[in-house]
Amino acid sequence: MEPTSPSKNSPFPGPEHQEPQTSVPAAASPWKEAFRQLIKNKLAIVGMIIIGFFIFIAIFAPLLTTYTYQAMSAADRLQPPSSTHWFGTDDLGRDIFTRIVYGARISLMVGFFAVIGALFFGSLLGIIAGYFGRWIDMIISRIFDIMLAFPSILLAIAIVAILGPSLQNALIAIAIINIPIFGRLVRSKVISIREEEYILAAKAQGMKSGRILFHHVLPNSTAPIIVQATLGFGTAILEAAALGFLGLGAQPPTPEWGRMLSDSRQYIQSAPWTVLFPGLSIMLVVLGFNMIGDGLRDALDPKMKS
Amino acid sequence: MTVKPLLEVKHLKKYFPIKGGVFGRPVGEVKAVNDVSFEVYEGEVLGIVGESGCGKSTTGKALLRLTEPSDGEVLFEGRDVTKMSSEEMRKMRRDMQMIFQDPYASLNPRHNVGKILGEPLLVHGIGDKKDRAEKVKEILEIVGLSGDHASRYPHQFSGGQRQRIGIARALIVRPKLIVCDEPVSALDVSVQSQILNLMEDLQEEFKLTYIFIAHDLSVVKHISHRIGVMYLGKMVELSSKDNLYREPLHPYTQSLMSAVPEPDPDLKKERIILEGDVPSPSNPPSGCPFHTRCPKVMDMCKTDVPEFREIRDSHFAACHLYNEEEPAGQQIK
Repeated sequence: MEPTSPSKNSPFPGPEHQEPQTSVPAAASPWKEAFRQLIKNKLAIVGMIIIGFFIFIAIFAPLLTTYTYQAMSAADRLQPPSSTHWFGTDDLGRDIFTRIVYGARISLMVGFFAVIGALFFGSLLGIIAGYFGRWIDMIISRIFDIMLAFPSILLAIAIVAILGPSLQNALIAIAIINIPIFGRLVRSKVISIREEEYILAAKAQGMKSGRILFHHVLPNSTAPIIVQATLGFGTAILEAAALGFLGLGAQPPTPEWGRMLSDSRQYIQSAPWTVLFPGLSIMLVVLGFNMIGDGLRDALDPKMKS
Repeated sequence: MTVKPLLEVKHLKKYFPIKGGVFGRPVGEVKAVNDVSFEVYEGEVLGIVGESGCGKSTTGKALLRLTEPSDGEVLFEGRDVTKMSSEEMRKMRRDMQMIFQDPYASLNPRHNVGKILGEPLLVHGIGDKKDRAEKVKEILEIVGLSGDHASRYPHQFSGGQRQRIGIARALIVRPKLIVCDEPVSALDVSVQSQILNLMEDLQEEFKLTYIFIAHDLSVVKHISHRIGVMYLGKMVELSSKDNLYREPLHPYTQSLMSAVPEPDPDLKKERIILEGDVPSPSNPPSGCPFHTRCPKVMDMCKTDVPEFREIRDSHFAACHLYNEEEPAGQQIK
């Protein structure tokens, strides 16, 4: 070893040929790489198929059924599944299949907006807390702690109780209870990324803090946020169903799955299909999002890469 | 030298508070850089050596205000950078760049090489999009990579190649001064010499000024014109490379030099082995910081802080052994 020898004959300035090149072809961005990992994951594919299916039926709901979700028919009360009523009818003679299909719209919408709302406000607070630190961090983090100290459903019930029961207020409540979950995640990510050497390098190059924050810190914190958002989708749908079940979410005759469960629970013995199909739908959607979320976590985790 | 220095560092200090207790009040200080002064002339390479924790990296970072200095002045072309507003400082960074130690941590993994190298140009408003892409291509070839590497991501490169990217990033805005913070210590020995030669060639080609921080004496000897030796937050000796290697004045430097391995196994030389550990920088010894381990310690070393002064022509040291007019060091030896 003699690094000081003026080795002008050494292969300068050529690249180090002795080191093996990575087998990845040129220009595979980290996102493309993650996507390739994701589609290799069979469970994630199953999750995507399930969610894709529910999105499909939500979009094309009116084309999939000849009934309307609120049309009652006393003559057709509690009919078991048949060729005319695929999933049977409920205690008011409404077609359960139709209500499930329209219910998918509501659940997906609640999940989407609750997650977007929680994500937006949670990330904003998390970035502020993580980047500025000191007393701002202190205040925001303590608020998060207080919110997380309550069981989330209890907090949601309290918020809906204040705002009044409706689907929209349930959505707001679910968004609010999810803010600290995103907020803490973003904060911890920002704090750890802030200390990375490439952030110091960005500063040394003469970048402004806004640029460092949005071009360097944030893009490196997105992976866990995306995973959390996907998993949060499932949780939000479950929470919406729970609020619906308690009568604090969607009001009749809105075909909300949780509400359908609670309206039919007294017929669980005599007409089990009335609770089976909404319950199954909730389970499938939540399962689908969780499978995608787990797949994304594996695909985006840099430690999983060889 | 009669030339005006490019960079003058005067009494630079960086103290890190030690927080303790319930309310996180400062209960002490780590004196990472404790009153360091030196000058860097245009076109020269000033090496700074010292063992781990002696404050050499902190000095480098404090010069660029990547960590705010606690006290002292850093004059770059006569202007004190420590007193600049953040916007002035931001513009100033075009002339003062840095190469980092760890090529794996210092490149943003989410940006491709084109973006990593183009961003410094963008934030300093140099050229339009097309110009920048061309400059990126040009600089990649200068550092020994190929122009079409611009679309690749850092993880697709080896350590040596990444460090070339790091060098290109510092170089692309054509700075006057580059602080190199142990740029080769994270690399394989086989790659070190390539990177060192590249840095040396670039320095000559672009008339760059380097502050080259390292703990490897042979690396520093290879690239530097002058060398400063740091111990426990203080600079103990500063001299031209030849003088320092031929005749180290400070006992600490002498012991460092004796530790450099000789390629010739027949050449016997006396090793000066230091006793004990480096004292804690939060509670440095009184007087000369080296007195606890110095083989030539005298009584006054324990009480009086030796002044860092010119002992021979352009050969500075902080040691009481040289207090008389005549260099007394030889007689004591």
